Amino acid sequence: MADMKIQIKNLYKIFGQRPKSVLKHVQDGMSKTELLEKHGHVLGLKDINIDIPAKGVSVIMGLSGSGKSTLIRHINRLIEPTAGEMIVDGEDVLAMGKNKLRDFRRHKASMVFQKFGLHVHRTVAENAAYGLVVQGVKLEEAKKQSQKWVERVGLAGFEDHYPAQLSGGMQQRVGLARALATDAEILLMDEAFSALDPLIRTDMQDVLLGLQDELHKTIVFITHDLDEALRIGDSIAILRDGAVIQQGDPQDIIMHPADDYIVDFIQDINRGRVIRLRTLMDKGTSVEGPSLDQSLNLEEALQVVSNAPGKAANVIDGSGATIGSINLEQVIAGLSRPDVVTNPEARYR
Amino acid sequence: MAWYDFFTTVPEMERQGLRDLKKTIDGSFRDFSREFGESLENFFDPVLFFLVWLEKLLLATPWPIIILIVAGLAWLGSRSIWIVVGSILSFLAIAYLGMWEDTMSTLAIISVATTLCLVIGIPLGILMARSDRLQAMITPVLDIMQTIPAFVYLIPVVMLLGIGKVPGLISVCIYAIPPIVRLTNLGIRLVEKEALEAADAFGANYFQRLFGVQIPLALPNIFAGINQTIMMALSMVVIASMIGVAGLGVPVLRSISNQYLALGLMNGLAIVALAIIFDRVTQSYGARLQKHRHGENHG
Ligand SMILES: Nc1ncnc2c1ncn2[C@@H]1O[C@H](COP(=O)(O)OP(=O)(O)O)[C@@H](O)[C@H]1O
Ligand SMILES: [Mg+2]
Repeated sequence: MADMKIQIKNLYKIFGQRPKSVLKHVQDGMSKTELLEKHGHVLGLKDINIDIPAKGVSVIMGLSGSGKSTLIRHINRLIEPTAGEMIVDGEDVLAMGKNKLRDFRRHKASMVFQKFGLHVHRTVAENAAYGLVVQGVKLEEAKKQSQKWVERVGLAGFEDHYPAQLSGGMQQRVGLARALATDAEILLMDEAFSALDPLIRTDMQDVLLGLQDELHKTIVFITHDLDEALRIGDSIAILRDGAVIQQGDPQDIIMHPADDYIVDFIQDINRGRVIRLRTLMDKGTSVEGPSLDQSLNLEEALQVVSNAPGKAANVIDGSGATIGSINLEQVIAGLSRPDVVTNPEARYR
Repeated sequence: MAWYDFFTTVPEMERQGLRDLKKTIDGSFRDFSREFGESLENFFDPVLFFLVWLEKLLLATPWPIIILIVAGLAWLGSRSIWIVVGSILSFLAIAYLGMWEDTMSTLAIISVATTLCLVIGIPLGILMARSDRLQAMITPVLDIMQTIPAFVYLIPVVMLLGIGKVPGLISVCIYAIPPIVRLTNLGIRLVEKEALEAADAFGANYFQRLFGVQIPLALPNIFAGINQTIMMALSMVVIASMIGVAGLGVPVLRSISNQYLALGLMNGLAIVALAIIFDRVTQSYGARLQKHRHGENHG
């Protein structure tokens, strides 16, 4: 597809002494545990196929050890795959020579790290300017150029502080400013907010969403937190043991979880806050009753729908046109947990 | 022959064979030094020239200026008025007790030896940090250099280069170089993986990684290495004076053979004073280098 910024195709990663020699077993379906016991290799990623559209936030989610960090590091080739393709803007990153790859990392994709990855011997301003300095811009000029981002992430006045003098949340703001300063179109964020306290994490999500409204970057965002994924993701891919088990529209995943692993994942979310009317409505129908915007969540809609004379309401889009309708039963059904739809027998261990 | 002879007599090579073995080794080394001694000496000529020049310069400089320079360096390094005052008093005492010239000679050889150690040792440590195989090769060599008694390696050095400043300098360097190599290697290996990964992710090349991340972050360890190298060079001064190095070691040696207690004690104390000054100044400089690591946390 033309508008796909990043295309990951049949990507495999096996850690160990001779990964190529055991690739065949993995391709034939050998499991992670079996591979480790029989061949002493660790399965990192298995047949990953993900298309990441431009200018959106694509979330990759999974429990610890599911291969998220390994996957995102393939996009800028901090990790070499065992097999597969990584196409960015139509160009195969894996075929790039040393210099080309360096240019790719300098200009096209920047990264934010879980443990911040700041340089403790550089000040806030110097850290933010780092990407530009690596590009060859003189330090003073680079600081001038990145100052705007230091201010934009809320660190004005802290330019001359060292990272050790800042709280975790402020350190990650530095990490974000550093990534933004190179004007790269792609932003890779590996559990960027996971190390932060919940309140600060929400703050940082707001900062990111605010920036994204303006900048429209292609963001690949890793998290193990579903609430975070739902809050900022335009699409979600869920990883387990190095394989993608479901990907698509977040609303779709909540309504139709592919297996019990995902049911486990989504069972604790606040469905009333997460599920939107457009997900539940009967498309193309209309009723006598009040009109509600399609992006309202169930909690917001519940009161109105239950007070309506017909216990139903119309769903309208941004322009005010009716696009469907919803009734009280549907809202209540949406609030209760679903069963596994696709494969009820496959119990997740 | 009793049955227990096996346990009571050490299995020993027969006399003649042993003598021949030693003779062969000595002979071939002597041939080697006859062959290469001269070119090696020429190779070290620039170092010798520099050492002699520095010694002359120190001796020709008026004493108040030397003390001013010492005080200035101590201040730059330590930013501690106590260390500065201590340095000035030590040098005044050294001058007053007639050890000025020997002290200048010692300062000259310590400076040149340390410089030589750093010029060789830091790049070696950097290479070692890059390659596990190189580390596995060099580490045992460093172990040997540090544990073999200094007198033992004086022998081949003297056979090669005779007695004088250059062999003395080389002996000091052999003894003093291991810490700087080790700690450069260690410091670079201990650099946080995350900091380096960030450099890679932003497209840093080899030199940008090395000079922008690895060396700055390893600097506290490298500084500890410099400190130890200086200390070890200083402790080698007495032994090096046995093979013709001028300085505070010479009167110490003389005191041993003539049983001059006071002379030996004074010169020994002068060496200790130099050691303490070097140690305090480099250590507090090293500590200042990593101040940014423990900023008070803002919560
Ligand atoms: N360098 C490595 N060598 C061997 N195994 C590794 C390596 N890096 C990661 N792994 C393994 O790959 C799996 C995925 O790791 P990772 O991508 O870090 O997971 P996540 O980021 O989702 O927590 C884990 O089982 C981990 O032990
Ligand atoms: Mg991870």
